[in-house]
Amino acid sequence: MFRPYRDTDDATVRIHFEGQALDVPAGETVAAALLANGVSVFRTTPVSGAERGPYCMIGVCFECLVEIDALANRQACQIQVRDGMQIRRQAGAVAAVP
Amino acid sequence: MNEPASHDLIVIGAGPAGMAAAVAAARHDLDVVLLDDQPAPGGQVFRNVEAVVAKSPSRAALLGRDYGYGALFVDAMRQSTVDYRPETDVWQIGEDGTVGTLSPAGTALISGRRIIIAAGAMERPVPVPGWTLPGVMTAGAAQTLLKTSNLVPDGRVAMVGSGPLFFLVARQLLAAEADVVAVLDTTSDENYQAAQKVILGALKFWRDLLKGRRWMREITKSGVPFHHEVQDVRIFGQDRADGVSFEAKGIEHQIEADIVLLHEGVIPNQHLARSLDCAVRWDEEQLCWHVDCDTWGATSLERIAVAGDSGSIGGAAAATHRGRLAGLDAARRLGTIDEATRDRLGKRDLQADQRLASLRLFLDRLYRPRREVLVPPEDGVVVCRCEEVTAGDIRQAAALGVTGPNQAKAFTRAGMGPCQGRNCGLTVSAILADAGGMAAADVGQFRVRPPIKPITIDELADLAVDDPLE
Repeated sequence: MFRPYRDTDDATVRIHFEGQALDVPAGETVAAALLANGVSVFRTTPVSGAERGPYCMIGVCFECLVEIDALANRQACQIQVRDGMQIRRQAGAVAAVP
Repeated sequence: MNEPASHDLIVIGAGPAGMAAAVAAARHDLDVVLLDDQPAPGGQVFRNVEAVVAKSPSRAALLGRDYGYGALFVDAMRQSTVDYRPETDVWQIGEDGTVGTLSPAGTALISGRRIIIAAGAMERPVPVPGWTLPGVMTAGAAQTLLKTSNLVPDGRVAMVGSGPLFFLVARQLLAAEADVVAVLDTTSDENYQAAQKVILGALKFWRDLLKGRRWMREITKSGVPFHHEVQDVRIFGQDRADGVSFEAKGIEHQIEADIVLLHEGVIPNQHLARSLDCAVRWDEEQLCWHVDCDTWGATSLERIAVAGDSGSIGGAAAATHRGRLAGLDAARRLGTIDEATRDRLGKRDLQADQRLASLRLFLDRLYRPRREVLVPPEDGVVVCRCEEVTAGDIRQAAALGVTGPNQAKAFTRAGMGPCQGRNCGLTVSAILADAGGMAAADVGQFRVRPPIKPITIDELADLAVDDPLE
């Protein structure tokens, strides 16, 4: 959904989104890294299952919630990528029973 | 539990207000901790400015002189004795000066003899049909991605909105060669008349006014369709935004786009202050709540001050002045300077802040949001994005006799989702006021309760040092 404005030679780290490996600039937020890789849907809502993606990018709207390293409800726009990070879309309400 | 580490002053937020407050207080020998949730100082307005100025001259040029200027404030903070702590969320704050923090180092409670809240601003919610679709973001979000991540929108961009930041971002995205397919200016023609009445006071800022004119001219000259008097905005698309339809000067239009950027001005980011029940008052010019404070930022609570946009919207320049005033007042209250010294040192900032108020009033009048932005006329529009509560749901609750937002929350779940009402609070209150024929000031707003940032049980348990199982 977004593309680099100018090419950079920033070092990259490898993250995984839905099992797919992505090499992204180090120091990037998870949300920016995913948006730059064509991801527009970050989660589905617990009420109607509607698809949602980042809206405010400053930690206010909580629309960019994803699952990071098996922990749900992480604000993708507030968290920086780390090598080996496993990211998944957050599906609706997290079930109480596994 | 350990006694919280104690400091003279804790400043929350490392934007222009917070940095100025921290530096001013540290200069007068206070032990100052500056907490910020971002990895680098600058707040939203100067976000990532150090790295951009040092490493990316093309982006620095694109973002402009007003942005690059922020590096000076960041430098001043870096060179001070301020204990700056990045990547630190504040999830709780107490009237007694206790602050709960969460950082990569873990969870902690620290305590300040005085607290200055400088949490900045957020963009006003723009509840129009389709605003929850993926592909719809705020104009500020696009600018944040440019500042922090060197990213521009990839695909056709329609920009819809009003206000200084809106036209600035439009101009920046055009200069960055984003595929902007339309700039839709929602400013109401009526606003020009209201703004005209207060323009004399703003004329001393003729440079800023001319700058605004220049941005508008640049957008016009770009050849991108630039519509004015835009209303009845609807974003269409099934699972994601496919475009936007609207009415401009009596003619209906439809424009296809992959990304729609909305903006209708900014409002104070007041969650922290409100979680403390600081006294607030409704401001009819800015159509938002202000934290009730004196010229030094002192709130109704003994230890708590507020500085910059999180108190009331003044912009980055005013935030710097207000930050300094709050920092000086902290030094006076904690006894490192006397009142006469505070007044003498604060005089210029006080005057500058008052001067800027006349420019702000002009901007508030000129870019006052349309009624349909404040009270969505259509029942089907989602108001609370988290719980998918519509304007119609709120109206129905009002018809059942619900009078206030907190009761509406219990009836509808509006404001109960993860954003804790940050995004729907103003709209829910505005709909209730409208339905009941009440003043916004009388309807009030959601109560805010901690934790105001997500924190896991595990992270909370970090606070306990005496393990009962051992």
